[in-house]
Amino acid sequence: MSDLIAIKGIKEGLLVSVSDAGGWGDTSQVLLARIDQTADFFKGAKLALAVGGRAINAADLGRLRDALSDRGVSLWAVLSDSPLTTNAAQALGLNVALPATTPQTRSVPEKEVDPEEARDEAVLVRHTLRSGRSVRHAGHVIVIGDVNPGAEVVAGGDIVVWGRLRGVAQAGASGDENAVVCALDLSPTQLRIADRIATSPARKGDPKPEMARIKNGQITAERWSPKGKAE
Amino acid sequence: MTAKVVTITSGKGGVGKTTATANIAVALAAAGERVVCLDGDIGLRNLDVVMGLENRIVYDLVDVVEGRARLRQAMIKDKRLPELYLIPAAQTRDKASVSPSDMIKVCNDLRPEFDWVLIDSPAGIERGFRNVVAPADLVLIVTNPDVSAVRDADRIVGLIEAEEKGPGQLILNRVKIEMVKRGDMLSTEDVLDVLAIPLIGIIPEDENILVSSNRGAPAAMDDKSRAGQAFRNIARRLKGEEVPFMSLEDNKGFLQKLAARLAPRPNRSGG
Repeated sequence: MSDLIAIKGIKEGLLVSVSDAGGWGDTSQVLLARIDQTADFFKGAKLALAVGGRAINAADLGRLRDALSDRGVSLWAVLSDSPLTTNAAQALGLNVALPATTPQTRSVPEKEVDPEEARDEAVLVRHTLRSGRSVRHAGHVIVIGDVNPGAEVVAGGDIVVWGRLRGVAQAGASGDENAVVCALDLSPTQLRIADRIATSPARKGDPKPEMARIKNGQITAERWSPKGKAE
Repeated sequence: MTAKVVTITSGKGGVGKTTATANIAVALAAAGERVVCLDGDIGLRNLDVVMGLENRIVYDLVDVVEGRARLRQAMIKDKRLPELYLIPAAQTRDKASVSPSDMIKVCNDLRPEFDWVLIDSPAGIERGFRNVVAPADLVLIVTNPDVSAVRDADRIVGLIEAEEKGPGQLILNRVKIEMVKRGDMLSTEDVLDVLAIPLIGIIPEDENILVSSNRGAPAAMDDKSRAGQAFRNIARRLKGEEVPFMSLEDNKGFLQKLAARLAPRPNRSGG
């Protein structure tokens, strides 16, 4: 039983790592039982949970968070290699990484992948990103849905929103000045490509599809047109 | 008959959660339903004041959770209506005093005896919010037609959708139709454009609300209050009735309308 769970003290509190083996229901029961064994040690603790490659949905994470809350333990981060789990944690407002010691890891998550390869990967989000959601990826990000004000998308590559982009978008986050941001309605609160930054002018008339990119050192947006030049 | 647990929340503070909870409770009770309200705002309780029951508080929700009182002892019966009760929050404690499973247990104990359990939420998205969402069967989200309130409401919708309690239903509160017509206030469509959840009520701005809060007599008891009527419509919709949304136009008198018709109109050119 004890090799399923490892507990370590870190600067931000406790880091609990659970193994990949076994169903989530059983593992979470074992974890709670372990905490109950030494309840006083855990009371008032801030806990970061590392789950490896496990895929856990938001409802299960929410239940665990509530169960930990009942024991006076506050879950503040869930670390995982699984995009489902990371997404779920994010949706609940939990951290998905420990604070980095080097500043450069802030904008794009470090992965042990060849940077060139990572840049060509794309992640597809098939729902609207509501306020408070953040999607970060080293490659391209495609959203089928809206990006609401208060939501953000940070991509090492391009960003394509098949919907309304009204939040914050940062493309070329690791410095690629050729990255583009496209949206059916390009009205971000803030738009960044590489290290340039721009805001939207007030919208006139109905929204039309646009692509934003750096031209002559500045971010400019061009309407999509059937007669457009091939790139 | 087991109760439906309805949590009324918003994210942003001051948009009308407590007012909505009190008025919907009163409207349901007036229609013969058995209703109990829980104030989930531990430390900053207001539901008791708005319902005019503050003088009768002996035990509160934290007393029940910590075993110093039974549920029935903490329930204050509103004498104006047949089956309306309040379990107040504690004022001298804070949100950490109650946990999500405490709230689930309290609601499960209340379910067999009532038709509705209405829970007033604190502002924010932290422990207090999670406490009141944990037992909910339905979440009502209150917002005002202003950009910051809608931003916060969007966050709330995202959080409850993530926990599979979504999408919730929207109460759009404090609408001033004249300002909307002038373009100075967000319209219902503007708000639904961002939030995209079902709408259960639109409440017009109404001076009677402030008066009734101070008096402890919720406006839903007052036939002359338009906001009160809008809250009564929400109660009917909760019960499953189809109620058309009332017109928010001012009830101008006949002569005023005639005068407006006869006044010369400014020239309108296309733009």
